[in-house]
Amino acid sequence: MIETLRKSIATLRSPAPFFSLRYVEEECEVLAVRQDTIEPPRLVVDRGVMVTAVTEGGYGYCATSDLSPAGLQAALDRASAWARATAATSVHAYSPSEMPAPRGERLSALAAAPSLARSELFDLLADECREARIDDRIVERYAALELRRVERLYLTNTGADVHQRVSYAVPYARVTANHGAQTQARSFLDARQGGLERVGGSGFIGCGKRLADEALQLLSAPDCPSGRMDLLLMPDQMMLQIHESIGHPLELDRILGDERNYAGTSFVTREMFGEYRYGSPLLNVTFDPTIQGELASFGYDDEGERAEKVWLIRNGVLERPLGGRLSQLRASLPGTASSRAGSWNRAPIDRMANLNVEPGASTLAAMIASIERGVLMRSNVSWSIDDSRNKFQFGCEWGELIEDGEIKGVVKNPNYRGVSADFWRSLRMVGDASTFEVHGTLYCGKGEPNQVIDVGHASPACVFAGVEIFGGA
Amino acid sequence: MKTHYFQLIDALCRELNTGETLLSHLSGESSDFVRFNHARVRQAGSVAQRRLALRLVRERRQASANVALAGDGSDLALGRSMLVKLREVLSQLPEDPWLLYPEDVQSTSSERRGALPRAEDVVRQVARAAGDADLVGFYAAGTISRGFANSLGQRNWHEVDTFNFDWSLHLEGDKAVKEGYAGFDWDPAVLEAKVRECAERLELMAKPSKTLAPGEYRTYLAPRALEEVTGLLELDAFSARARKTRQSALLRMEHGERLSPQVSISENIEAGVAPSFQEDGYVRPPQVALIAKGALGEPLVSARSAREYGLKANGANARETPEAIEMAPGALDDEDVLAALDTGLYVSNLWYLNFSDKPAARMTGMTRFATFWVENGRISCPVTPLRFDDTLYRMLGEKLAGLTRSRELLLGTSTYDERSTSSARLPGALLESLRFTL
Repeated sequence: MIETLRKSIATLRSPAPFFSLRYVEEECEVLAVRQDTIEPPRLVVDRGVMVTAVTEGGYGYCATSDLSPAGLQAALDRASAWARATAATSVHAYSPSEMPAPRGERLSALAAAPSLARSELFDLLADECREARIDDRIVERYAALELRRVERLYLTNTGADVHQRVSYAVPYARVTANHGAQTQARSFLDARQGGLERVGGSGFIGCGKRLADEALQLLSAPDCPSGRMDLLLMPDQMMLQIHESIGHPLELDRILGDERNYAGTSFVTREMFGEYRYGSPLLNVTFDPTIQGELASFGYDDEGERAEKVWLIRNGVLERPLGGRLSQLRASLPGTASSRAGSWNRAPIDRMANLNVEPGASTLAAMIASIERGVLMRSNVSWSIDDSRNKFQFGCEWGELIEDGEIKGVVKNPNYRGVSADFWRSLRMVGDASTFEVHGTLYCGKGEPNQVIDVGHASPACVFAGVEIFGGA
Repeated sequence: MKTHYFQLIDALCRELNTGETLLSHLSGESSDFVRFNHARVRQAGSVAQRRLALRLVRERRQASANVALAGDGSDLALGRSMLVKLREVLSQLPEDPWLLYPEDVQSTSSERRGALPRAEDVVRQVARAAGDADLVGFYAAGTISRGFANSLGQRNWHEVDTFNFDWSLHLEGDKAVKEGYAGFDWDPAVLEAKVRECAERLELMAKPSKTLAPGEYRTYLAPRALEEVTGLLELDAFSARARKTRQSALLRMEHGERLSPQVSISENIEAGVAPSFQEDGYVRPPQVALIAKGALGEPLVSARSAREYGLKANGANARETPEAIEMAPGALDDEDVLAALDTGLYVSNLWYLNFSDKPAARMTGMTRFATFWVENGRISCPVTPLRFDDTLYRMLGEKLAGLTRSRELLLGTSTYDERSTSSARLPGALLESLRFTL
């Protein structure tokens, strides 16, 4: 299909001086075992193209799964009509001559044909499911593996040709325990790029029994205490904290107001870049799509911008927003290669990719030892934040009470709330490389029409001072 | 699309081997999408998509495949290739003890044509209606198609032309008012009237905002705010699987908790725009009583849960989520809402709800858009965004003072993967108090 499309674009005709063709092909297979029973396997083959046209002042798109020459030409005709129709009313005066024509490729090794047969993969999942059956209070056991390959091609009538391919093997497990009106769950997710070869080292093998044991511990644990105290966030919850209260507020399209009707706006304004103290001097945040294996690594964004590591927050000071080429032009600010689309049927918008907190200098032991009274939290279970990304409340599956520098025991229903603008300034310790973990989420929702996308977040463990913490019921 | 889909399935069915059963579902749309910011066009385009799900069953084994169709003759080769893959997968599977699919043939057909404008005309009409206002919004319109066909001869079709324009008008910062115009027959005069009415409400936001301290306040939740509450419950509160595995947000109702007797919630497919059949081919009952006068009612039971738990399937989708939720009305007249609220918060919209403690149905979320402080039955001033954190058993239980007599039909605005056919028909809810925390 890639070569066919390369030939096809030369045959397309449009009154628009600039047009592009963005092809996405995705093959996916989801295998799962629930309650020791194999769930029906699901195969997905999705392919389609978004054709975009730019005239003087206007922009339009048309997405179709009809990849025949006639289908592509019809899509280009519709996109061109949109560009003409919106030339006088667009938020940005588009200029065809300014559209770049990048060339390049980033092709991850094709996931080798699985070295394990499907039945062996099911055995892998069944083992974890079965091993989680350790007590009558375990009420649901689920283990799954998602195998996915995505291929993208970006072509323009001006000579651009960017070809990218990436593979994923994402293991997931969840075990739920119940006693009376109390239910607790523990889950495992390792969302990263790569093939099956990395599942073995992901921590998935053996997780079933561990999750079951932890869910049972939570059932009999006391509720998380309430009050202002120190908060030690482990990397899998730092992922959510970074995502919601750094990533989204720094998205330039939110700052420009595009998302005010849906995903929301931002407490960050254009004037803040270069001088606003976002966090304590310990806070260093980078946009880095070049990290091998992190979920949203890529060579080029979906409009062909070459990706590179960029510092967004350095020593606590806000330097740069997350925004692709168009938003940078509209805001007159530098940005990132982060114009991304969920699939072929959705237009690129400003997105996070890999958004990471850089490691600091503290060991986990030193962080725990420094806490007089506080709670360690891991594994997000609940998230809520206001539309300007300021007032948040997050909850975790797992909590551990810390008193006088020591872990005292497990607590259930750990929650905390705060305000982004203050929260990051209360960052008082940042874990060293030994605490650094790479995580990611497959489902970041945003945009109109709505679209989901994968993002990566790597972080060390971090300690925040004087956070409002509380439990359940 | 209907003819192409049924012909494709007919052709694939002719190629089935002895003992094989094929079930299929089509989800397609031809949509125009226009985003607006500052009453100008941010992105405009069209999307044509057709997603086919094929489910092959043989010797009590099953596997499924989802493919994007081109809509032309190439689809048959794609379908054939997927059948080959599914046969290969089936050969590696054990029997599925929870396999269930409808064997009674129940064919249905429903097509509703609408009067949709040219999307390019909508761009002009929206700009004219907005005038100088700072309008941010999203227009989605076109034909939505859903189909089911199996090798037993069942054929179902649902096709509807709809539009959904969802927008907000903004003053400054968080001062904004949200509104929507959705339906089947577009009328630019209705659009203009709705935008004008929205602008009048925005004028109420011009006063200096009040910032409330955390605490409990008498609160009125307008239907769109209540939709966020029912939307959170929709995730799994009514699911048979979630109830059986003790994960429903309504877990405590199985241990004696009740909502107010004023609260009755049902899945009312008849009243919505969702298809009358689901993706497995089950034809849905017109209504399922989920909450009856404050007590836990029937769960939504998918075919798989029916087999696993020995229940009767009632047309639920695989996720067992409502698609046309409806709450019974109360006795409070719209014109009496402010007087009944007396002094407290009028909340037009809530935002970003999630659970603080799910088994206890304790939830948190934010106020968003037009939230007003009301004193002595009169709107006093806007209120800055507040976070609430309270349990369903207080909100729609002991603290529920009343529900409005009129209800609003809210057509789903979600466009994740595809345009939604879900809906909600809800009253407003007056609460004696709601806990705000931040």
